[in-house]
Amino acid sequence: MAYSEKVIDHYTNPRNVGTLDKSSHKVGTGLVGAPECGDVMRLQIEVGEDNVITDAKFKTFGCGSAIASSSLATEWLKGKSIDDAMKIDNMDIVEELALPPVKIHCSVLAEDAIKAAINDYRVKNGLEAIVSEKVHH
Amino acid sequence: MILNKNFTYLCTVNILKRMNLPIYLDNNATTPMDPRVLDAMLPYFTSKFGNAASRNHAFGWVAEEAVDYAREQVAKLIGASEKEIIFTSGATESDNLAIKGVFEMYKEKGNHIITSVTEHKAILDACKHVEKLGGRVTYLPVKEDGLIDLQQLEEAMTPETILVSIMYGNNEIGVIQPVKEIAAIAHKHGALFMTDAVQAVGKIPVNVIEDGIDLLALSGHKIYGPKGVGALYVRRKGPRVKVTAQMDGGGHERGMRSGTLNVPGIVGLGKACELCMQEMESEAKRLSALRDKLQAELTVLEESYVNGNVEHRLPHVANISFKYVEGEGLMMAMKDLAVSSGSACTSASLEPSYVLKSLGLSDDLAHSSIRFGLGRFTTEEEVNYAIEVTKKSVNHLRELSPLWEMFKEGVDLSKIEWAEH
Ligand SMILES: Cc1ncc(COP(=O)(O)O)c(C=O)c1O
Repeated sequence: MAYSEKVIDHYTNPRNVGTLDKSSHKVGTGLVGAPECGDVMRLQIEVGEDNVITDAKFKTFGCGSAIASSSLATEWLKGKSIDDAMKIDNMDIVEELALPPVKIHCSVLAEDAIKAAINDYRVKNGLEAIVSEKVHH
Repeated sequence: MILNKNFTYLCTVNILKRMNLPIYLDNNATTPMDPRVLDAMLPYFTSKFGNAASRNHAFGWVAEEAVDYAREQVAKLIGASEKEIIFTSGATESDNLAIKGVFEMYKEKGNHIITSVTEHKAILDACKHVEKLGGRVTYLPVKEDGLIDLQQLEEAMTPETILVSIMYGNNEIGVIQPVKEIAAIAHKHGALFMTDAVQAVGKIPVNVIEDGIDLLALSGHKIYGPKGVGALYVRRKGPRVKVTAQMDGGGHERGMRSGTLNVPGIVGLGKACELCMQEMESEAKRLSALRDKLQAELTVLEESYVNGNVEHRLPHVANISFKYVEGEGLMMAMKDLAVSSGSACTSASLEPSYVLKSLGLSDDLAHSSIRFGLGRFTTEEEVNYAIEVTKKSVNHLRELSPLWEMFKEGVDLSKIEWAEH
Protein backbone atom coordinates (compact mmCIF):
# COMPACT_ATOMS: atom_id res chain seq x y z
CA MET A 1 0.00 0.00 0.00
CA ALA A 2 1.33 3.41 -0.87
CA TYR A 3 1.28 6.16 1.72
CA SER A 4 0.21 9.72 0.98
CA GLU A 5 2.89 12.38 0.83
CA LYS A 6 1.63 13.98 4.02
CA VAL A 7 1.83 10.71 5.92
CA ILE A 8 5.37 10.23 4.68
CA ASP A 9 6.27 13.78 5.66
CA HIS A 10 4.96 13.42 9.23
CA TYR A 11 6.45 9.98 9.50
CA THR A 12 9.89 11.08 8.31
CA ASN A 13 9.91 14.35 10.24
CA PRO A 14 7.62 13.74 13.17
CA ARG A 15 6.69 16.99 14.96
CA ASN A 16 6.75 17.32 18.72
CA VAL A 17 8.12 13.94 19.72
CA GLY A 18 8.79 13.82 23.40
CA THR A 19 7.61 13.74 26.95
CA LEU A 20 6.10 16.36 29.26
CA ASP A 21 6.18 16.11 33.02
CA LYS A 22 3.03 14.17 33.67
CA SER A 23 3.04 15.06 37.37
CA SER A 24 2.63 18.77 36.58
CA HIS A 25 -0.93 20.01 37.11
CA LYS A 26 -0.62 21.94 33.86
CA VAL A 27 -0.06 18.72 31.87
CA GLY A 28 -2.71 16.32 30.65
CA THR A 29 -1.69 12.88 29.42
CA GLY A 30 -3.72 10.55 27.19
CA LEU A 31 -2.52 6.99 26.68
CA VAL A 32 -4.74 5.03 24.28
CA GLY A 33 -4.64 1.86 22.22
CA ALA A 34 -3.09 -1.44 23.21
CA PRO A 35 0.16 -3.23 22.33
CA GLU A 36 -1.84 -6.31 21.29
CA CYS A 37 -3.66 -4.26 18.69
CA GLY A 38 -0.43 -2.96 17.24
CA ASP A 39 -0.81 0.67 18.23
CA VAL A 40 -0.41 2.72 21.36
CA MET A 41 -0.44 6.52 21.39
CA ARG A 42 0.61 8.78 24.18
CA LEU A 43 -0.36 12.39 23.69
CA GLN A 44 0.41 15.13 26.20
CA ILE A 45 -0.73 18.72 26.38
CA GLU A 46 0.46 21.58 28.51
CA VAL A 47 -2.24 24.12 29.25
CA GLY A 48 -1.52 27.75 30.06
CA GLU A 49 -3.59 30.78 30.96
CA ASP A 50 -7.07 31.04 29.44
CA ASN A 51 -7.21 27.33 28.82
CA VAL A 52 -4.94 27.60 25.80
CA ILE A 53 -2.70 24.67 24.91
CA THR A 54 0.88 25.95 25.00
CA ASP A 55 2.70 22.73 24.20
CA ALA A 56 1.94 19.25 22.92
CA LYS A 57 4.10 16.16 22.68
CA PHE A 58 3.55 12.61 21.52
CA LYS A 59 5.09 9.18 21.37
CA THR A 60 3.47 6.44 19.30
CA PHE A 61 3.97 2.72 18.82
CA GLY A 62 2.32 1.84 15.55
CA CYS A 63 2.31 1.94 11.80
CA GLY A 64 3.24 4.98 9.72
CA SER A 65 -0.32 6.29 9.67
CA ALA A 66 -0.60 6.08 13.44
CA ILE A 67 2.63 8.01 13.87
CA ALA A 68 1.56 10.61 11.31
CA SER A 69 -1.90 10.99 12.89
CA SER A 70 -0.46 11.72 16.30
CA SER A 71 2.22 14.04 14.91
CA LEU A 72 -0.45 16.00 13.07
CA ALA A 73 -2.63 16.10 16.19
CA THR A 74 0.14 17.75 18.24
CA GLU A 75 0.59 20.34 15.51
CA TRP A 76 -3.09 21.19 15.55
CA LEU A 77 -3.31 21.26 19.33
CA LYS A 78 -0.67 23.90 19.94
CA GLY A 79 -2.28 27.30 20.38
CA LYS A 80 -5.83 25.96 20.45
CA SER A 81 -8.14 26.45 23.40
CA ILE A 82 -9.18 23.27 25.17
CA ASP A 83 -12.74 23.74 23.94
CA ASP A 84 -11.61 23.94 20.33
CA ALA A 85 -9.27 20.99 20.79
CA MET A 86 -12.20 18.94 22.00
CA LYS A 87 -13.85 19.54 18.63
CA ILE A 88 -11.09 17.96 16.56
CA ASP A 89 -12.74 15.16 14.65
CA ASN A 90 -11.01 12.04 13.44
CA MET A 91 -12.36 12.64 9.95
CA ASP A 92 -10.42 15.92 9.82
CA ILE A 93 -7.27 13.88 10.30
CA VAL A 94 -8.37 11.32 7.70
CA GLU A 95 -8.89 14.13 5.23
CA GLU A 96 -5.68 16.00 5.95
CA LEU A 97 -3.53 12.87 5.70
CA ALA A 98 -5.59 11.19 2.96
CA LEU A 99 -5.80 8.01 5.02
CA PRO A 100 -7.27 4.98 3.24
CA PRO A 101 -10.23 3.18 4.88
CA VAL A 102 -8.03 0.52 6.51
CA LYS A 103 -6.18 3.27 8.36
CA ILE A 104 -9.16 5.17 9.72
CA HIS A 105 -8.68 3.52 13.11
CA CYS A 106 -5.37 5.42 13.41
CA SER A 107 -7.25 8.72 13.25
CA VAL A 108 -9.83 7.46 15.71
CA LEU A 109 -7.03 6.65 18.08
CA ALA A 110 -5.57 10.15 17.70
CA GLU A 111 -8.94 11.71 18.48
CA ASP A 112 -9.28 9.45 21.50
CA ALA A 113 -5.81 10.46 22.65
CA ILE A 114 -6.67 14.17 22.41
CA LYS A 115 -9.84 13.67 24.46
CA ALA A 116 -8.06 11.50 27.00
CA ALA A 117 -5.33 14.13 27.45
CA ILE A 118 -7.86 16.92 27.92
CA ASN A 119 -9.86 14.89 30.40
CA ASP A 120 -6.76 13.99 32.33
CA TYR A 121 -5.99 17.70 32.56
CA ARG A 122 -9.56 18.51 33.61
CA VAL A 123 -9.72 15.87 36.31
CA LYS A 124 -6.34 16.96 37.65
CA ASN A 125 -7.70 20.48 37.99
CA GLY A 126 -10.91 19.54 39.72
CA LEU A 127 -13.16 19.54 36.67
CA GLU A 128 -15.36 16.75 35.42
CA ALA A 129 -14.27 14.55 32.52
CA ILE A 130 -16.25 15.15 29.36
CA VAL A 131 -17.85 11.99 28.09
CA SER A 132 -17.92 11.88 24.33
CA GLU A 133 -21.15 10.61 22.85
CA LYS A 134 -19.62 10.33 19.45
CA VAL A 135 -20.00 7.18 17.45
CA HIS A 136 -16.97 6.73 15.25
CA HIS A 137 -17.23 6.41 11.55
CA MET B 1 42.28 -2.13 -28.34
CA ILE B 2 42.94 -4.69 -25.67
CA LEU B 3 43.11 -1.97 -23.08
CA ASN B 4 39.81 -0.67 -24.24
CA LYS B 5 38.15 -4.05 -23.98
CA ASN B 6 39.49 -4.50 -20.48
CA PHE B 7 38.20 -1.13 -19.50
CA THR B 8 34.71 -1.94 -20.74
CA TYR B 9 34.81 -5.21 -18.86
CA LEU B 10 35.81 -3.51 -15.63
CA CYS B 11 33.04 -0.99 -16.01
CA THR B 12 30.49 -3.76 -16.48
CA VAL B 13 31.73 -5.52 -13.37
CA ASN B 14 31.42 -2.32 -11.41
CA ILE B 15 27.90 -1.72 -12.59
CA LEU B 16 26.95 -5.27 -11.71
CA LYS B 17 28.40 -4.85 -8.28
CA ARG B 18 26.73 -1.56 -7.53
CA MET B 19 23.93 -1.98 -5.05
CA ASN B 20 20.47 -1.24 -6.33
CA LEU B 21 17.89 0.06 -3.91
CA PRO B 22 15.49 -1.12 -2.64
CA ILE B 23 17.12 -4.36 -1.60
CA TYR B 24 14.99 -7.45 -2.03
CA LEU B 25 14.93 -9.56 1.13
CA ASP B 26 11.54 -11.18 0.69
CA ASN B 27 12.56 -14.36 -1.11
CA ASN B 28 10.00 -16.45 0.77
CA ALA B 29 7.22 -14.48 -0.89
CA THR B 30 8.68 -14.92 -4.32
CA THR B 31 12.05 -15.02 -6.03
CA PRO B 32 13.32 -13.19 -9.08
CA MET B 33 13.66 -15.49 -12.05
CA ASP B 34 17.15 -16.67 -12.82
CA PRO B 35 18.16 -15.31 -16.25
CA ARG B 36 19.24 -18.82 -17.23
CA VAL B 37 15.67 -19.94 -16.65
CA LEU B 38 14.34 -17.18 -18.85
CA ASP B 39 16.75 -18.16 -21.62
CA ALA B 40 15.52 -21.73 -21.49
CA MET B 41 11.89 -20.61 -21.68
CA LEU B 42 12.01 -18.04 -24.45
CA PRO B 43 11.92 -20.30 -27.53
CA TYR B 44 8.78 -21.98 -26.19
CA PHE B 45 6.76 -18.80 -26.48
CA THR B 46 7.48 -18.24 -30.15
CA SER B 47 9.16 -20.72 -32.47
CA LYS B 48 8.51 -23.80 -30.32
CA PHE B 49 4.93 -22.94 -29.49
CA GLY B 50 3.35 -26.34 -30.10
CA ASN B 51 0.74 -28.04 -27.97
CA ALA B 52 2.36 -30.89 -26.09
CA ALA B 53 -0.76 -32.96 -26.71
CA SER B 54 -0.52 -32.66 -30.51
CA ARG B 55 0.71 -36.10 -31.48
CA ASN B 56 0.47 -35.64 -35.22
CA HIS B 57 3.19 -33.11 -36.10
CA ALA B 58 6.63 -31.85 -35.23
CA PHE B 59 5.40 -28.79 -33.32
CA GLY B 60 3.63 -31.03 -30.85
CA TRP B 61 6.55 -33.43 -30.57
CA VAL B 62 8.99 -30.65 -29.81
CA ALA B 63 6.74 -29.35 -27.05
CA GLU B 64 6.15 -32.82 -25.66
CA GLU B 65 9.84 -33.54 -25.63
CA ALA B 66 10.50 -30.32 -23.71
CA VAL B 67 7.82 -31.21 -21.17
CA ASP B 68 9.24 -34.71 -20.75
CA TYR B 69 12.69 -33.28 -20.18
CA ALA B 70 11.35 -30.81 -17.59
CA ARG B 71 9.52 -33.64 -15.87
CA GLU B 72 12.84 -35.43 -15.48
CA GLN B 73 14.52 -32.29 -14.14
CA VAL B 74 11.80 -31.79 -11.52
CA ALA B 75 11.71 -35.48 -10.57
CA LYS B 76 15.47 -35.61 -10.15
CA LEU B 77 15.54 -32.75 -7.65
CA ILE B 78 13.24 -34.61 -5.27
CA GLY B 79 14.39 -38.16 -5.97
CA ALA B 80 11.20 -39.14 -7.80
CA SER B 81 10.63 -40.75 -11.18
CA GLU B 82 9.29 -38.58 -13.98
CA LYS B 83 5.97 -40.41 -14.19
CA GLU B 84 5.19 -39.23 -10.67
CA ILE B 85 5.19 -35.51 -11.52
CA ILE B 86 1.89 -33.75 -12.28
CA PHE B 87 2.27 -30.20 -13.57
CA THR B 88 -0.10 -27.61 -12.12
CA SER B 89 -0.61 -23.85 -12.08
CA GLY B 90 1.32 -23.52 -8.82
CA ALA B 91 1.47 -24.84 -5.31
CA THR B 92 -1.97 -23.55 -4.35
CA GLU B 93 -3.41 -25.86 -6.98
CA SER B 94 -1.06 -28.70 -6.00
CA ASP B 95 -2.15 -28.39 -2.35
CA ASN B 96 -5.81 -28.34 -3.32
CA LEU B 97 -5.44 -31.30 -5.65
CA ALA B 98 -3.66 -33.30 -2.96
CA ILE B 99 -6.07 -32.59 -0.09
CA LYS B 100 -9.35 -32.68 -1.99
CA GLY B 101 -8.16 -35.34 -4.42
CA VAL B 102 -7.05 -37.75 -1.69
CA PHE B 103 -10.21 -37.11 0.32
CA GLU B 104 -12.43 -37.95 -2.65
CA MET B 105 -10.35 -40.91 -3.79
CA TYR B 106 -10.05 -42.55 -0.36
CA LYS B 107 -13.33 -41.63 1.29
CA GLU B 108 -14.45 -45.26 1.39
CA LYS B 109 -11.42 -45.94 3.54
CA GLY B 110 -11.89 -43.09 5.98
CA ASN B 111 -12.71 -39.44 6.31
CA HIS B 112 -10.05 -38.13 8.67
CA ILE B 113 -7.16 -35.81 7.72
CA ILE B 114 -4.46 -34.50 10.06
CA THR B 115 -2.63 -31.26 9.40
CA SER B 116 -1.14 -28.47 11.51
CA VAL B 117 -2.08 -24.91 12.43
CA THR B 118 1.00 -23.36 10.80
CA GLU B 119 0.26 -24.61 7.29
CA HIS B 120 -0.14 -22.27 4.35
CA LYS B 121 -3.72 -21.10 3.68
CA ALA B 122 -3.80 -23.27 0.55
CA ILE B 123 -3.72 -26.35 2.80
CA LEU B 124 -5.86 -24.94 5.61
CA ASP B 125 -8.60 -23.72 3.31
CA ALA B 126 -8.61 -26.93 1.26
CA CYS B 127 -9.08 -28.73 4.59
CA LYS B 128 -11.96 -26.41 5.49
CA HIS B 129 -13.53 -27.36 2.17
CA VAL B 130 -13.14 -31.05 2.96
CA GLU B 131 -14.84 -30.47 6.31
CA LYS B 132 -17.85 -29.07 4.47
CA LEU B 133 -17.95 -32.29 2.43
CA GLY B 134 -18.19 -34.35 5.61
CA GLY B 135 -14.50 -34.82 6.32
CA ARG B 136 -13.01 -34.55 9.78
CA VAL B 137 -9.79 -32.59 10.13
CA THR B 138 -7.41 -32.40 13.08
CA TYR B 139 -5.29 -29.25 13.19
CA LEU B 140 -2.28 -30.12 15.32
CA PRO B 141 -0.87 -27.29 17.43
CA VAL B 142 2.85 -26.56 17.32
CA LYS B 143 5.32 -26.17 20.14
CA GLU B 144 6.92 -22.84 21.03
CA ASP B 145 9.61 -23.44 18.43
CA GLY B 146 7.14 -24.13 15.64
CA LEU B 147 7.67 -27.89 15.46
CA ILE B 148 4.79 -30.30 15.83
CA ASP B 149 4.79 -32.76 18.70
CA LEU B 150 5.20 -36.29 17.28
CA GLN B 151 3.53 -37.77 20.32
CA GLN B 152 0.46 -35.65 19.62
CA LEU B 153 0.46 -36.78 16.02
CA GLU B 154 0.62 -40.39 17.12
CA GLU B 155 -2.32 -39.82 19.44
CA ALA B 156 -4.36 -38.10 16.76
CA MET B 157 -4.08 -41.04 14.35
CA THR B 158 -7.25 -43.12 14.01
CA PRO B 159 -8.24 -46.04 11.76
CA GLU B 160 -10.22 -43.44 9.81
CA THR B 161 -7.13 -41.32 9.09
CA ILE B 162 -6.41 -41.34 5.36
CA LEU B 163 -3.93 -38.48 5.13
CA VAL B 164 -1.38 -36.60 7.19
CA SER B 165 -0.37 -33.29 5.60
CA ILE B 166 2.47 -31.39 7.24
CA MET B 167 4.57 -28.77 5.51
CA TYR B 168 8.29 -29.32 5.03
CA GLY B 169 9.56 -25.78 5.76
CA ASN B 170 7.42 -22.95 7.04
CA ASN B 171 7.06 -19.85 4.90
CA GLU B 172 7.09 -17.36 7.79
CA ILE B 173 9.66 -18.71 10.20
CA GLY B 174 11.48 -21.27 8.07
CA VAL B 175 11.12 -24.06 10.61
CA ILE B 176 11.72 -27.53 9.14
CA GLN B 177 9.41 -30.26 10.41
CA PRO B 178 10.72 -33.79 11.13
CA VAL B 179 9.23 -35.06 7.89
CA LYS B 180 10.75 -38.52 7.96
CA GLU B 181 9.42 -39.26 11.42
CA ILE B 182 6.01 -37.85 10.53
CA ALA B 183 5.86 -40.04 7.42
CA ALA B 184 6.73 -43.11 9.48
CA ILE B 185 3.91 -42.43 11.93
CA ALA B 186 1.40 -41.87 9.12
CA HIS B 187 2.43 -45.09 7.37
CA LYS B 188 2.35 -47.13 10.57
CA HIS B 189 -1.34 -46.28 10.80
CA GLY B 190 -2.05 -46.89 7.13
CA ALA B 191 -2.37 -43.23 6.14
CA LEU B 192 -0.69 -41.37 3.30
CA PHE B 193 1.79 -38.58 3.92
CA MET B 194 1.58 -35.31 2.00
CA THR B 195 3.96 -32.39 2.40
CA ASP B 196 3.78 -28.82 1.15
CA ALA B 197 7.46 -28.46 0.33
CA VAL B 198 7.22 -25.14 -1.49
CA GLN B 199 9.77 -23.44 0.76
CA ALA B 200 12.11 -26.39 1.18
CA VAL B 201 12.52 -27.81 -2.33
CA GLY B 202 15.59 -26.39 -4.01
CA LYS B 203 16.87 -24.93 -0.72
CA ILE B 204 17.67 -28.09 1.23
CA PRO B 205 17.90 -31.73 0.11
CA VAL B 206 14.40 -33.22 -0.21
CA ASN B 207 14.08 -36.86 -1.23
CA VAL B 208 10.68 -38.48 -1.50
CA ILE B 209 12.09 -42.00 -1.08
CA GLU B 210 14.30 -41.30 1.92
CA ASP B 211 11.71 -39.08 3.55
CA GLY B 212 8.78 -41.42 2.85
CA ILE B 213 6.69 -38.82 1.08
CA ASP B 214 3.57 -39.91 -0.84
CA LEU B 215 2.51 -36.51 -2.16
CA LEU B 216 4.53 -33.29 -2.40
CA ALA B 217 3.70 -29.78 -3.60
CA LEU B 218 6.28 -27.44 -5.11
CA SER B 219 6.15 -24.10 -6.88
CA GLY B 220 8.22 -22.46 -9.62
CA HIS B 221 8.36 -18.92 -8.33
CA LYS B 222 9.98 -19.80 -5.01
CA ILE B 223 12.96 -21.41 -6.71
CA TYR B 224 13.93 -18.72 -9.24
CA GLY B 225 11.52 -20.07 -11.82
CA PRO B 226 8.35 -18.55 -13.28
CA LYS B 227 5.12 -17.77 -11.46
CA GLY B 228 1.96 -19.67 -12.23
CA VAL B 229 3.58 -23.09 -12.55
CA GLY B 230 4.11 -25.80 -10.01
CA ALA B 231 3.93 -29.53 -9.57
CA LEU B 232 2.45 -32.23 -7.43
CA TYR B 233 4.45 -35.37 -6.86
CA VAL B 234 2.17 -38.40 -6.60
CA ARG B 235 3.84 -41.66 -5.60
CA ARG B 236 3.39 -44.54 -8.06
CA LYS B 237 4.98 -47.44 -6.23
CA GLY B 238 4.70 -48.65 -2.65
CA PRO B 239 1.92 -47.60 -2.49
CA ARG B 240 0.46 -46.44 -5.78
CA VAL B 241 -1.30 -43.22 -4.81
CA LYS B 242 -4.22 -41.76 -6.73
CA VAL B 243 -6.00 -38.47 -6.48
CA THR B 244 -9.38 -37.54 -7.91
CA ALA B 245 -8.98 -34.83 -10.53
CA GLN B 246 -10.23 -31.41 -9.52
CA MET B 247 -10.11 -30.12 -13.07
CA ASP B 248 -12.08 -32.08 -15.65
CA GLY B 249 -11.29 -32.00 -19.34
CA GLY B 250 -8.98 -33.59 -21.85
CA GLY B 251 -7.37 -36.02 -19.42
CA HIS B 252 -3.90 -34.52 -19.39
CA GLU B 253 -1.35 -35.47 -16.73
CA ARG B 254 -2.58 -39.06 -16.49
CA GLY B 255 -6.11 -37.82 -15.97
CA MET B 256 -5.26 -36.06 -12.73
CA ARG B 257 -5.05 -32.53 -14.11
CA SER B 258 -6.66 -31.59 -17.40
CA GLY B 259 -5.70 -28.52 -19.35
CA THR B 260 -3.24 -27.75 -22.14
CA LEU B 261 0.19 -27.77 -20.60
CA ASN B 262 1.92 -24.45 -19.92
CA VAL B 263 4.97 -25.48 -21.92
CA PRO B 264 7.19 -22.38 -21.40
CA GLY B 265 6.34 -22.36 -17.69
CA ILE B 266 7.06 -26.06 -17.36
CA VAL B 267 10.36 -25.70 -19.22
CA GLY B 268 11.21 -22.88 -16.79
CA LEU B 269 10.26 -24.95 -13.76
CA GLY B 270 12.45 -27.79 -15.04
CA LYS B 271 15.42 -25.52 -15.62
CA ALA B 272 14.93 -23.92 -12.20
CA CYS B 273 15.01 -27.36 -10.59
CA GLU B 274 18.15 -28.31 -12.50
CA LEU B 275 19.92 -25.16 -11.32
CA CYS B 276 18.86 -25.79 -7.72
CA MET B 277 20.17 -29.32 -8.01
CA GLN B 278 23.56 -27.99 -9.12
CA GLU B 279 23.84 -25.00 -6.82
CA MET B 280 21.77 -25.78 -3.76
CA GLU B 281 24.62 -27.00 -1.62
CA SER B 282 26.93 -24.04 -2.10
CA GLU B 283 24.04 -21.60 -2.10
CA ALA B 284 22.72 -22.91 1.21
CA LYS B 285 26.15 -22.60 2.73
CA ARG B 286 26.62 -19.04 1.51
CA LEU B 287 23.14 -17.91 2.50
CA SER B 288 23.12 -19.47 5.94
CA ALA B 289 26.41 -17.70 6.70
CA LEU B 290 24.91 -14.38 5.60
CA ARG B 291 21.68 -15.07 7.46
CA ASP B 292 23.59 -15.97 10.62
CA LYS B 293 25.54 -12.75 10.36
CA LEU B 294 22.36 -10.73 9.93
CA GLN B 295 20.73 -12.47 12.85
CA ALA B 296 23.76 -12.13 15.11
CA GLU B 297 24.09 -8.43 14.39
CA LEU B 298 20.40 -7.69 14.82
CA THR B 299 19.95 -9.64 18.03
CA VAL B 300 22.60 -7.41 19.56
CA LEU B 301 19.72 -4.94 19.75
CA GLU B 302 18.08 -5.09 23.15
CA GLU B 303 14.75 -6.91 23.36
CA SER B 304 14.99 -8.62 19.99
CA TYR B 305 13.88 -12.21 19.63
CA VAL B 306 14.30 -14.82 16.92
CA ASN B 307 11.03 -16.61 16.18
CA GLY B 308 10.96 -20.36 15.66
CA ASN B 309 13.48 -23.13 16.02
CA VAL B 310 16.90 -21.96 14.86
CA GLU B 311 18.43 -25.41 14.51
CA HIS B 312 15.83 -26.96 12.24
CA ARG B 313 15.47 -24.01 9.94
CA LEU B 314 15.78 -23.20 6.25
CA PRO B 315 19.18 -21.65 5.53
CA HIS B 316 17.96 -18.35 4.11
CA VAL B 317 15.30 -17.14 6.57
CA ALA B 318 15.34 -15.26 9.86
CA ASN B 319 12.18 -14.03 11.54
CA ILE B 320 12.97 -11.53 14.27
CA SER B 321 10.73 -9.52 16.61
CA PHE B 322 11.93 -6.12 17.77
CA LYS B 323 9.89 -5.50 20.87
CA TYR B 324 8.22 -2.11 21.38
CA VAL B 325 8.42 -1.34 17.66
CA GLU B 326 5.48 -2.04 15.37
CA GLY B 327 6.35 -4.07 12.27
CA GLU B 328 4.55 -2.05 9.66
CA GLY B 329 5.91 1.21 10.99
CA LEU B 330 9.34 -0.38 10.95
CA MET B 331 8.99 -1.47 7.34
CA MET B 332 8.10 2.07 6.42
CA ALA B 333 11.26 3.31 8.10
CA MET B 334 13.28 0.72 6.21
CA LYS B 335 11.77 1.58 2.88
CA ASP B 336 14.96 0.61 1.07
CA LEU B 337 14.51 -2.94 2.30
CA ALA B 338 11.79 -5.16 0.89
CA VAL B 339 10.89 -7.45 3.78
CA SER B 340 7.63 -8.58 5.32
CA SER B 341 6.07 -8.44 8.75
CA GLY B 342 3.74 -10.54 10.86
CA SER B 343 1.96 -7.36 11.73
CA ALA B 344 -1.39 -6.90 10.09
CA CYS B 345 -2.14 -3.28 10.72
CA THR B 346 -3.83 -3.10 7.35
CA SER B 347 -6.17 -6.03 7.73
CA ALA B 348 -9.68 -5.39 8.92
CA SER B 349 -9.27 -7.77 11.82
CA LEU B 350 -5.99 -6.25 13.05
CA GLU B 351 -4.97 -9.84 13.72
CA PRO B 352 -1.25 -10.47 13.51
CA SER B 353 0.20 -13.56 11.81
CA TYR B 354 -1.55 -16.80 12.79
CA VAL B 355 1.73 -18.65 12.43
CA LEU B 356 3.51 -16.48 15.01
CA LYS B 357 0.50 -16.58 17.32
CA SER B 358 0.46 -20.36 17.16
CA LEU B 359 3.99 -20.37 18.60
CA GLY B 360 2.45 -18.75 21.64
CA LEU B 361 3.91 -15.36 20.80
CA SER B 362 2.02 -12.50 22.40
CA ASP B 363 0.21 -10.25 19.96
CA ASP B 364 2.58 -7.37 20.56
CA LEU B 365 5.62 -9.49 19.69
CA ALA B 366 3.85 -10.80 16.61
CA HIS B 367 3.14 -7.21 15.57
CA SER B 368 6.84 -6.45 16.01
CA SER B 369 8.16 -9.17 13.71
CA ILE B 370 10.12 -8.86 10.51
CA ARG B 371 10.90 -11.72 8.13
CA PHE B 372 14.22 -11.47 6.33
CA GLY B 373 14.35 -13.83 3.37
CA LEU B 374 17.68 -14.02 1.57
CA GLY B 375 18.08 -15.46 -1.88
CA ARG B 376 20.37 -16.49 -4.71
CA PHE B 377 21.03 -12.90 -5.72
CA THR B 378 21.53 -11.46 -2.23
CA THR B 379 25.04 -10.09 -1.77
CA GLU B 380 27.07 -9.61 1.39
CA GLU B 381 27.06 -5.88 0.73
CA GLU B 382 23.26 -5.91 0.72
CA VAL B 383 23.15 -7.82 3.98
CA ASN B 384 25.54 -5.34 5.58
CA TYR B 385 23.36 -2.51 4.40
CA ALA B 386 20.25 -4.25 5.71
CA ILE B 387 21.87 -4.65 9.12
CA GLU B 388 22.69 -0.94 9.30
CA VAL B 389 19.29 0.23 8.13
CA THR B 390 17.43 -2.12 10.45
CA LYS B 391 19.45 -1.11 13.49
CA LYS B 392 19.04 2.56 12.75
CA SER B 393 15.31 2.23 12.13
CA VAL B 394 14.63 0.16 15.24
CA ASN B 395 16.50 2.66 17.38
CA HIS B 396 14.74 5.58 15.76
CA LEU B 397 11.28 4.11 16.24
CA ARG B 398 12.04 3.19 19.81
CA GLU B 399 12.77 6.84 20.45
CA LEU B 400 9.22 7.43 19.22
CA SER B 401 7.68 4.55 21.15
CA PRO B 402 5.87 5.22 24.44
CA LEU B 403 6.20 1.51 25.24
CA TRP B 404 9.97 1.65 24.94
CA GLU B 405 10.06 4.66 27.25
CA MET B 406 7.89 2.85 29.78
CA PHE B 407 10.00 -0.28 29.52
CA LYS B 408 13.13 1.79 30.10
CA GLU B 409 11.52 3.37 33.16
CA GLY B 410 10.78 -0.07 34.52
CA VAL B 411 7.01 0.08 34.06
CA ASP B 412 5.45 -3.38 33.89
CA LEU B 413 3.45 -3.12 30.68
CA SER B 414 1.45 -6.24 31.43
CA LYS B 415 0.01 -4.51 34.50
CA ILE B 416 -1.44 -1.63 32.51
CA GLU B 417 -5.10 -1.80 31.65
CA TRP B 418 -5.13 -1.07 27.96
CA ALA B 419 -8.33 0.23 26.47
CA GLU B 420 -9.73 -1.90 23.67
CA HIS B 421 -10.35 -0.05 20.48
C1 LIG C 1 4.26 -22.92 2.02
C2 LIG C 1 3.54 -22.43 0.81
N1 LIG C 1 2.58 -23.19 0.26
C3 LIG C 1 1.92 -22.79 -0.84
C4 LIG C 1 2.19 -21.59 -1.46
C5 LIG C 1 1.42 -21.19 -2.68
O1 LIG C 1 2.19 -21.33 -3.83
P1 LIG C 1 1.75 -20.66 -5.20
O2 LIG C 1 2.04 -19.22 -5.08
O3 LIG C 1 2.60 -21.33 -6.24
O4 LIG C 1 0.30 -20.94 -5.42
C6 LIG C 1 3.19 -20.77 -0.92
C7 LIG C 1 3.51 -19.46 -1.52
O5 LIG C 1 2.98 -18.43 -1.17
C8 LIG C 1 3.87 -21.20 0.24
O6 LIG C 1 4.82 -20.44 0.82
